[in-house]
Amino acid sequence: MFMVRKEMIAMLLAGGEGKRLGVLTKDLAKPAVYFGGKYRIIDFTLSNCVHSGLDTVGVLTQYQPLELNRYLGIGSPWGLDRRDGGMTILPPYMQKAGGVWYKGTANAIYQNIPYIERYEPEYVLVISGDHIYKMDYELMLQHHKERNAAVTIAGIEVDWKEASRFGLMHIDEHNHITGFEEKPKIPTSNLASMGVYIFDWKILKSYLIADENNPMSTNDFGKDVIPAMMNDNLLLNCYIYDGYWKDVGTIDSLWEANMDLLEDQPSLDLGDPQWRIYSVNPNQPAQFIAANASITSSLVSEGCLIEGDINRSVLFYGVSLGEHSTVTESVIMPRVKIGKHVQIHRAIIGDGAIIEDHAVIGSPDSKEITVIPVGEHVKARENLMGVE
Amino acid sequence: MNKQKIMGVINLIHETDELDKLTHGRCTATVPFGSRYRLIDFTLSNMVNSGIGEVGIFVHQRYRSLMDHIGSGKSWDLQHRKSGLFVLPPITDDVQELSRGDLFHFYQNRDYFLRSAPEYVLITRSHMVCNIDYRRVLEQHIAKQADISVVCSHSTEPVLGKARKVRMDENGLITEIQDSYGRMVSDHYNMEMYLMKKELLMDLVETSLAKGQDHLVRHAIFSRLNELNVYGYVHDGFLAIVNTINSYYGNSMKLLEPEVWRSLFTEPAPIYTKVKDGPPARYTNNADVSRSIIANGCLIEGKVHNSILFRGVHVHPGAVVEDSIIMQNGIILPNSTVKCSIFDKDVVLEENREVKGVSSGPYLAGKRKVI
Repeated sequence: MFMVRKEMIAMLLAGGEGKRLGVLTKDLAKPAVYFGGKYRIIDFTLSNCVHSGLDTVGVLTQYQPLELNRYLGIGSPWGLDRRDGGMTILPPYMQKAGGVWYKGTANAIYQNIPYIERYEPEYVLVISGDHIYKMDYELMLQHHKERNAAVTIAGIEVDWKEASRFGLMHIDEHNHITGFEEKPKIPTSNLASMGVYIFDWKILKSYLIADENNPMSTNDFGKDVIPAMMNDNLLLNCYIYDGYWKDVGTIDSLWEANMDLLEDQPSLDLGDPQWRIYSVNPNQPAQFIAANASITSSLVSEGCLIEGDINRSVLFYGVSLGEHSTVTESVIMPRVKIGKHVQIHRAIIGDGAIIEDHAVIGSPDSKEITVIPVGEHVKARENLMGVE
Repeated sequence: MNKQKIMGVINLIHETDELDKLTHGRCTATVPFGSRYRLIDFTLSNMVNSGIGEVGIFVHQRYRSLMDHIGSGKSWDLQHRKSGLFVLPPITDDVQELSRGDLFHFYQNRDYFLRSAPEYVLITRSHMVCNIDYRRVLEQHIAKQADISVVCSHSTEPVLGKARKVRMDENGLITEIQDSYGRMVSDHYNMEMYLMKKELLMDLVETSLAKGQDHLVRHAIFSRLNELNVYGYVHDGFLAIVNTINSYYGNSMKLLEPEVWRSLFTEPAPIYTKVKDGPPARYTNNADVSRSIIANGCLIEGKVHNSILFRGVHVHPGAVVEDSIIMQNGIILPNSTVKCSIFDKDVVLEENREVKGVSSGPYLAGKRKVI
């Protein structure tokens, strides 16, 4: 049988539950959470794959896959409905010996060895659908090949205060990784792993099999596979990335990443014609801004009907905002209906929510970000101030 | 069940075109309209939303932009295993071909009609912008036992743009149709949408051509009002007739009523267009926008009032856009002013300039002009 061989294929881990996103991920896998006025988080990694010349992407789903599967379809919006390769959704499946969930990130890849082997790749890119960034994986692959490494891990310098949220790396002057700690309480490095790995497939396969046979293992890349490779003195290479990268795993970081887009010169450029972020088109008319409306420092998407005031906010498609209503420092997800004389400050409003006239949500001085669940109906009396 | 009853034909042959520079490099069907659409999107979407799964487009002249816009028809969900979208260009063996009437094209493409399964044919043009469910037209067509149904709009005020006038009796039976320059007084305007059985169309094509007549509406329909039951179906939603510059400008400005915006683009069903993947519109700290329609991909740093901005327009700080239509990727540089103007795609207005038209005669800048 004729089979097209691929130099590198991508395995995209999209099974994240996103517990720390609370009500926003009640019925939704984390990669399907909305971001940036028209996108979902996973659009960024999928678009990166396509722009980097990758045309074979396995998407590993597990938690709440319905909405995510429906969104991904056969990959057409990202140009991934291809004859050879393209997008394949890989959920956990039943086997003769009984089915099992993906026990960890490494186990998820282990269970899909047959899928990878179909393409006989030399390299496998393992990425996660939880991060917002634009990155050319081809440049990373070049780096990997030049160093002849067993694995290359992308790293980014993060704020020391936040460092303990990430897997942290120590490197030497050749960018070789000399130490790796997964989410330590007291960080000794601020070089965080971006969760982007390029493996030599033959080496990875043998380690995945060994890891699976180790009953003590938690079957996780960061905790088990990478440390095992390090113990065996394999060459672990670090590819340092200095662009915009954000893990939007918490309500605060999701809100912050949205606010980052509102600077007059945002560090994440969504408008680059050479690096468009593709997403499923919602088919909405252009937005209508009424006579008394005012919009400053904001992103507003198609289908919105704006009659009130908006400052420092992100509005997704199909949102309506009534007269004399004010929205500041907030993220309003798709199809939210906001009545008249409504005040919304420092909040994230889940998609399809209905906010009645005179309702007040959040407060300008609140430290916490108020979150209104998907489809919630908020009446005027409920004065929600900084309650999550 | 979803079996197709109607096939659609969008007839672009000899469309009235007084759109000046807007149609120098494109046909009427691909004139940008409504902030992110092209004229043909409306009739294509109406057909698809009415359950029509097979659409043929009789393209004629300057149709490169049309081919680029419609592609495989996927944006309108017209890329099917069975049926879908067919682009039927003129047969150009004969130099005189382009000047001949549209019945020749129907005749030349009769195989296309004969091969298709649906019983009825709906023929439309691209410049009648509306949102309509053709299933209602078919229902009335069957109820009245009509031979041909003609979609009409009712307006007591004079319409913008050029349209034929229709006179009908109290039952809706059409007694007279006149060209736009005719003297007849009527509140009913012909929306150039004709529904009939495919069999009847084929018969009209052959018998008219046999008599040396080559014009579908004038010869095959006008002249047979006595022999056939031709009924009017009155569409009561918004209609924009877009075939002159004044009607282009005036109808665009009507979209700035929220009710018109909502009904034209979403009711009863959404209008589809080619996907562009631009980011949401971005407003900076100095943005000042009111009573306007703004497409995705725009960057607004100045003032925009009473205007329509297409995708990817950049209004720099200190710039003012008023009562104007700025098409895709237009750039208004700092401290410049545009009033009562239509800018075609990729127009750049340099710094500290002022461009002004009047609402009865808007200033029109052709594609890629630098002012």
